[in-house]
Amino acid sequence: MADTPIARTASRSSRSGGPRGRRALTAYLFLAPFLILFLVFVVAPALWGIWISLHSWNPLLPIHRFIGLDNYIQLFTPGSLTSGDFWLSMGATAIFTVLSVPFLVVIPLFVAVLLNQKLRGGTVFRAIFFAPYVLGVAVIGVVWRYLLDPQNGVINNLLDGVGITQNFPWTVDVPWAWISLVGVTVWWISGFNMVIILAGLKGINAELYEAAAIDGAGAIRKFWSVTLPGLRPVMAFVTTTTILSSANMFGQSYLLTKGAPGHATRTAIMYIADEGLSQNQMGAASAMSYVLFAVLAIISIINFRLQSRTSGE
Amino acid sequence: MTTSTLSTAAPAASATPVAVSGRRRRNPRRTWSKVGLYAILTVGALIILLPLVWIVLTSFKTDSDAINNPASPLPNPFSIDAYQTLINSNEPILRWFLNSLAAGVLQTLIILVTASMGAYALARLDFPGKKIVFGAIVLTLFVPPVIFLIPNYLIVQNLGWLDTLWAITIPGAAGAFGIFFLRQFFVNLPGEIEEAARLDGAGDIRIFLQIILPLSRPALATLAVLSFLANWNDFLWPIYVLLSPDHETLQPGLAVLQGAYSTHFAIVMAGAVIASVPVMILFTLAQRHIVESVAASGLKG
Repeated sequence: MADTPIARTASRSSRSGGPRGRRALTAYLFLAPFLILFLVFVVAPALWGIWISLHSWNPLLPIHRFIGLDNYIQLFTPGSLTSGDFWLSMGATAIFTVLSVPFLVVIPLFVAVLLNQKLRGGTVFRAIFFAPYVLGVAVIGVVWRYLLDPQNGVINNLLDGVGITQNFPWTVDVPWAWISLVGVTVWWISGFNMVIILAGLKGINAELYEAAAIDGAGAIRKFWSVTLPGLRPVMAFVTTTTILSSANMFGQSYLLTKGAPGHATRTAIMYIADEGLSQNQMGAASAMSYVLFAVLAIISIINFRLQSRTSGE
Repeated sequence: MTTSTLSTAAPAASATPVAVSGRRRRNPRRTWSKVGLYAILTVGALIILLPLVWIVLTSFKTDSDAINNPASPLPNPFSIDAYQTLINSNEPILRWFLNSLAAGVLQTLIILVTASMGAYALARLDFPGKKIVFGAIVLTLFVPPVIFLIPNYLIVQNLGWLDTLWAITIPGAAGAFGIFFLRQFFVNLPGEIEEAARLDGAGDIRIFLQIILPLSRPALATLAVLSFLANWNDFLWPIYVLLSPDHETLQPGLAVLQGAYSTHFAIVMAGAVIASVPVMILFTLAQRHIVESVAASGLKG
């Protein structure tokens, strides 16, 4: 995929430098170290996972019995050993995704539009908003677990100080747990999306704004008829990646709520990891991971279709 | 540009014409909207920064101060008890720190070597099967990581790597991001110097080492920082592949601390601070590189 003219000429002229077979050998020698890792830890596991999912696979037992599609059938059979917990975790994942994605798209968009005005210190604000993202989810998790602790936490005690003496069960009861998980995630990664959207804003042709101004458009009108259409590809990218990252949520629930109350906030990744690596039900867990993958693929395709249809108008 | 710029920025907007766009004349409405803009951004910055500052301050509280006075940010008295307890405790946090550092550095080096060599082949050389290799690499960018979790656990187990440094460095180095990122950069490098070197009889190894790599220093630095951050912050994988307390890294270690010191908040916060200091230093030094590479990701997509 040499897609620039320069790269194309470079590779064409290099071909004349020696016999073709030797050039190919050189290329594969350069690729070899990466390709070995890639085959062993990416391609092989992706395919082997399907094989595992067709077995009753407990790593502690010497023999893994081939059971065909049974692990998948179980997941779609109401009342089976795995289906209830699995779909509960898929439901929790869906709730988190539906609640978090709008905030993770709209708030960064709003902040990016503000930062796109000519102002001093813009890069300082940009760095501050981005900063939480470089902290790992483990740091974010334990820090907010303390701040939101129902008894000894900072938030409830600050609220106490201003007369709101109700002890909100931020980490132990719904809907509070959902508010915490979404709020913490928005605090953590909004800056990441904001930086991407800001780059998109800088790419919008300034003449479009001038033309709109000549037509008498105000700030709000300009936002709807110039900014948003100009941002469409970037917003499609941000929305898609945010849906995927929310659907893969793990650490926040693991540390903040531990899935509580009951298993209400236990996400699909949490359940799959536990089922496969703690309960040793590797066949069932692999089947679940492929079902999750399929669901995400379908959502991505629908999302992509919708985005391209609206931009086709 | 530090806090002094921030605090003087709002008045400066009305005092100096620089802040106002050169084309338009200053008017009071624009000045007020600027003030409003800074007010909103400052509130946003405080929402981000206050919890972080609060955590650092809490880590300098005594155990009882942290439990009894959660609503007052300032430690009274100021104390390094939490850090001392942590360092002398059964949880070997300094060991975890070194493990994290070793894993991060080792994985970053592996990624830099393998991804730059591979990206050179994909961007600059012509060979049969190139489209298939590149297509497979791009395809895996869309596969959710959970797919690899169980089979890779078994692969690592079969290699005898469970509970070793290899488990948290080698599989993660196989990701598609590095080679994809560098290929993008290599493809856009100008070809003239390379052409001239080839006419002088330079081979691929010399061109790669003496022309491509030196020209790509910014991209390599960015990839190094991003790789180190990703490895340092990894959480799910090390929870399951690291087993003995001595072999943990900091991120799963924080979950251990949270369990061991569930109500000793100052100690857990001290752990969080220790786990954050290196990445915060890295971010401060390489802020522009990191932010700009993230910014560019959306434009490609």
